[in-house]
Amino acid sequence: MSAFAKLLSSRWGPIITGCIVGLLAPVLVKLGNPGNMGICVACFSRDIAGALGLHRAAPVQYLRPELPGFILGSFLAALLFREFRPRGGSAPLIRLLLGMFAAMGAMVFLGCPWRAYLRLAGGDLTAVPGIAGLIAGVALGLAFLRQGYSLGRSYTTPFAVGITMPAIAVGILVLLLAAPQFGRTAEGAPTGPIFFSQSGPGSQHAPIAASLAAGLVIGFVAQRSRFCTVGALRDFILLRDPHLLSGVLALIVTASAVNLLLGQFRLGVVGQPIAHANHLWNFAGMALAGLAYTLAGGCPGREFFLSGEGDADAGLFVLGLILGAAFAHNFNAASSPAGPAPYGPIITVFGLAVCILIGLTMRERRPQRPQRSPREVLEEEHA
Amino acid sequence: MPEEPKVVDARGLSCPQPVLLTRNAMAECPSGPIEVIVDTGTSRDNVSRMAQRAGWCVAVEALPTGEFRLRLTK
Repeated sequence: MSAFAKLLSSRWGPIITGCIVGLLAPVLVKLGNPGNMGICVACFSRDIAGALGLHRAAPVQYLRPELPGFILGSFLAALLFREFRPRGGSAPLIRLLLGMFAAMGAMVFLGCPWRAYLRLAGGDLTAVPGIAGLIAGVALGLAFLRQGYSLGRSYTTPFAVGITMPAIAVGILVLLLAAPQFGRTAEGAPTGPIFFSQSGPGSQHAPIAASLAAGLVIGFVAQRSRFCTVGALRDFILLRDPHLLSGVLALIVTASAVNLLLGQFRLGVVGQPIAHANHLWNFAGMALAGLAYTLAGGCPGREFFLSGEGDADAGLFVLGLILGAAFAHNFNAASSPAGPAPYGPIITVFGLAVCILIGLTMRERRPQRPQRSPREVLEEEHA
Repeated sequence: MPEEPKVVDARGLSCPQPVLLTRNAMAECPSGPIEVIVDTGTSRDNVSRMAQRAGWCVAVEALPTGEFRLRLTK
């Protein structure tokens, strides 16, 4: 166990994690998840939002166990290896907004970076403009970081703050199993507060145990290896460091091979599962998402893992993803296989404008200067 | 007497800011030494990897507060 843990912390860590995701995601599709959606952090956040009734798009409502699995797997790894550290306070409200706009961009493309790579690994060439947009968004975010962009520091918080996201993850699993129906429709039939799709992508899912196990395993190894699908691009562009990128490449290669083996690989542009072929808005949607992830410090998966190891700011980004996905559907901005929705483009442009404004205006006030304690402040005033 | 190190306090900052601040310090102080304080294992690993790739020696000290002090020397 400790030898494997050591390996995960080495330069092989991201590669091993990429291989595990590349293996498990296509298997989850085989077991029932939607096409090329073995894992999609944004789509699953959208399904969770729908299951909680935050949006009422009937085909995309399900409490996906993979995501609570991400949080709890990371939580376990962090506890086991003494990396659980409750922290927060780094511009939480901005992080919530970034999560919301990241999800809106993802809903225009129909996937997060994880799914963009998995779509490519399933032969879906409409992922290519999406990945190009992602790279553009990351590059734009890096331009702000080079100019001194910062959301400021986080600080150690009480234990209760760090445990909140793992507790919410347990709550989602309880609601999945209990599926309470407290409400009544006009006809008197039981309904809500939990909604599950009867048809469409939300109705397609692997058995709960398989989904949860996959989520736990991925959460555990990714916490150790710091696997990040956006950091991969960021570190390569910024530092020419291939450490995290090797993990993404391992994911694409492994998932392609497993898809071929399982007969799930279909090369082409037209008729790909839960994807549209409007290249402009595939590009722009992912550019928005890539910018938001870079400004927040990591890909959506990474934010889930961080929230499991006690980072409450990452937890707010995660909640922002769920809220933003709900907004995207409520504002008729989430794409369908037919193409972008009527308000998808305008929300994308608006989101880009807000994120650019955040990139331009957020600066750490006193870089490099340690914060003064109240005693020091008093002493200075009396000096 | 050993040279006074340039100190980078990267505690509580999101990726990739600890790496960026350290890189700026390396440019300002190319012969070192530089002392970087971080508060997560991720930042510790990222800063160490970047500095080692740039040809610096890195000595990591785990502090009792759970933070890490990285001494970067040429």
